[in-house]
Amino acid sequence: MSAPQTLFEKLWQQHLVAEPAGEPALLYIDLHLVHEVTSPQAFEGLRLAGRKLRCPDRHIATVDHNVPTTSVHDRLVIADQIADKQINALRKNCADFGVELFDVQAAEQGIVHMIGPELGATKPGMTIVCGDSHTSTHGAFGALAFGIGTSEVEHVMATQTLPQSKPKTFRINVEGELPYGVTAKDIILDIIGRIGTDGATGYAIEYAGSTIRALSMEGRMTICNMSIEAGARAGMIAPDETTFKYLYGRRFSPPGFMHTTPQTDARPVEHRSTIRSFAVGQTAEPVRDLWREAVAHWRTLPTDPGAVFDRELTIDATQLAPRVTWGTSPGMVTGINNRVPSPDDAATEADKKSYASALEYMGLKPGTPMEEIKIDAVFLGSCTNARIEDLRAAAKVVSGHRIATSVRAMVVPGSQQVKLQAEREGLDNIFKTAGFEWREPGCSMCLGMNPDILSPGERCASTSNRNFEGRQGRGGRTHLVSPQMAAAAAITGHFTDIRNWNFNGKEAKQ
Amino acid sequence: MKPIRTLTALAVPLDRANVDTDQIIPKQFLKRIERTGYGEFLFYDWRYTFAPDAVEPNPEFVLNAPRYKGAEILIVGKNFGCGSSREHAAWALNDYGFRCVVGTTFADIFYSNAGKNGILLCRLTEDEVNTLMARAANTPQYKLTVSLEDQTVKDAQGFSAHFDIDPFRKFCLLEGLDDIGLTLRHEAELDKFEAAHDKEFWLKPKAANAIT
Repeated sequence: MSAPQTLFEKLWQQHLVAEPAGEPALLYIDLHLVHEVTSPQAFEGLRLAGRKLRCPDRHIATVDHNVPTTSVHDRLVIADQIADKQINALRKNCADFGVELFDVQAAEQGIVHMIGPELGATKPGMTIVCGDSHTSTHGAFGALAFGIGTSEVEHVMATQTLPQSKPKTFRINVEGELPYGVTAKDIILDIIGRIGTDGATGYAIEYAGSTIRALSMEGRMTICNMSIEAGARAGMIAPDETTFKYLYGRRFSPPGFMHTTPQTDARPVEHRSTIRSFAVGQTAEPVRDLWREAVAHWRTLPTDPGAVFDRELTIDATQLAPRVTWGTSPGMVTGINNRVPSPDDAATEADKKSYASALEYMGLKPGTPMEEIKIDAVFLGSCTNARIEDLRAAAKVVSGHRIATSVRAMVVPGSQQVKLQAEREGLDNIFKTAGFEWREPGCSMCLGMNPDILSPGERCASTSNRNFEGRQGRGGRTHLVSPQMAAAAAITGHFTDIRNWNFNGKEAKQ
Repeated sequence: MKPIRTLTALAVPLDRANVDTDQIIPKQFLKRIERTGYGEFLFYDWRYTFAPDAVEPNPEFVLNAPRYKGAEILIVGKNFGCGSSREHAAWALNDYGFRCVVGTTFADIFYSNAGKNGILLCRLTEDEVNTLMARAANTPQYKLTVSLEDQTVKDAQGFSAHFDIDPFRKFCLLEGLDDIGLTLRHEAELDKFEAAHDKEFWLKPKAANAIT
């Protein structure tokens, strides 16, 4: 028997094209996701060198970073001419090089890290890259997924491979039942707070433990999404029944039959007379159950018992409180029940300086209770927290309330699919009645490349992933929180402990 | 990519930790479809002041001090280049004229992006970086000599430190090599790997269309 392997080790081994001595390994890339901002220079590079895409079917494109979210009209006729030029460049590049593009009006359009999973393009066992650091999101499916720069984008396009030095492995075990009001976002913010924004540099993280297993795919994506904020190359979670159930029946998922008791099911793999065979005009020939074959492979991926990681950390989820960031880096985070720290609390001289400059930028006084910090804006969106589950949770908080008069608030669904589903469930009406703007899908105010930005000094409760200086607009002050916490802050006008929330006038915990 | 061997140049201290790529080049400049022309927007929010009707150089920002004009070496705090994967950060540093960044630690993606644009990143100890930071702040016309061949950083006051670098990265930087060309040396292995790998339809993005 071979030595026990980690999930990461299996993914790595299964994609090794070559291991030249004294050079980085050459890894095969199964899926490259493309968006308008980090791809034009790569396509241009291919053109100049007279190169083609090696496997056009392994690239999927959409527009997300630049697109206005205000209205369908504003998206079709983009006022910002430089943004419009960039989006048109993507259209031309996709047409010229044979890449499927989910354009601004497509029913599948959305943030690139939303649509990969929604389409079933993201699958366990794959290597996935994109010119965007939040590519780690796809690790939630048991894939090795990481962000790359534009030169690497060009490299993947030309060769379908990437030279990579092997990261070390880091398992973070999160154990126990999540307390009421605490979410996946709070788990990952807590982890970053503990290990620091460079705490996992050089590592691929695997999140494990009973808390992670109990999370939905949406929650798992939120956690893997922010792995990069701890400096990690990638974050991943072993695939299980939750993963398979999410993927079954999606557009690019392998077709076949979902068995209710798959592990003990001994029925033959072949089936006759499926709808699929009629559709292609075949008679009763045996049809392979591709879904079943795929699941059988995916079940071999989880880390073997006894496999060794370079580093491990265990977190007791039962002790977590909702998190709010107070500074200008995601590691500057504390519990909603705490106070703004003082530079004197910092461990090192360098940290003291960082704390002081962050507090100055954020306009905060040490010792202020987090709950007393007033906000001007609320952004519910981004590849971290704009999935249907996030909108449902926020709508539950908002229902029956109105946002504070001093606050402007917007919901930007992560994708057209999420927007449609939310509208089917009437969530849009709950938000609109409460005074939120209901927007079209895109990256929006997470990075403010489109017109959605904060004004200097404006303070925002945001469900996104980065509270860097100026991230949401020059001088803007960002506090990262969960969707529930953002929704509550919109109503009260200041950060509010969701654990004491009065749901629609009813008792909490209902 | 321009090869880099030895560089003696003016050094400028940027004494901040966790400088993210949003600071190096803010998002509003990522809409361009070229690789060049980002230098004037490097550290934009720090480098300029924003009166209601005028954007002016910020005299407080270190890069604007006349004594650092023409600097090609940047000395930085820990975890430089964290955050977004935007290669525009490397393009902006390059376009401004920086050929080398000296610090303690660099974020992964930025480290890779810098290498692909011929920017040498030197990892020194915290004490060494603190020394350089202080000397660059206090010594007029403070120059460093960085030798990639010897893997050393030296100054005229007797400072000398060794930095580690992956041998392959060193080779690529010394030669100014293009990665795609290097990878295509393995094309036969790639063809063979791909022929087998393509049968694993569960690893295809469009698995539903993979077999008919």
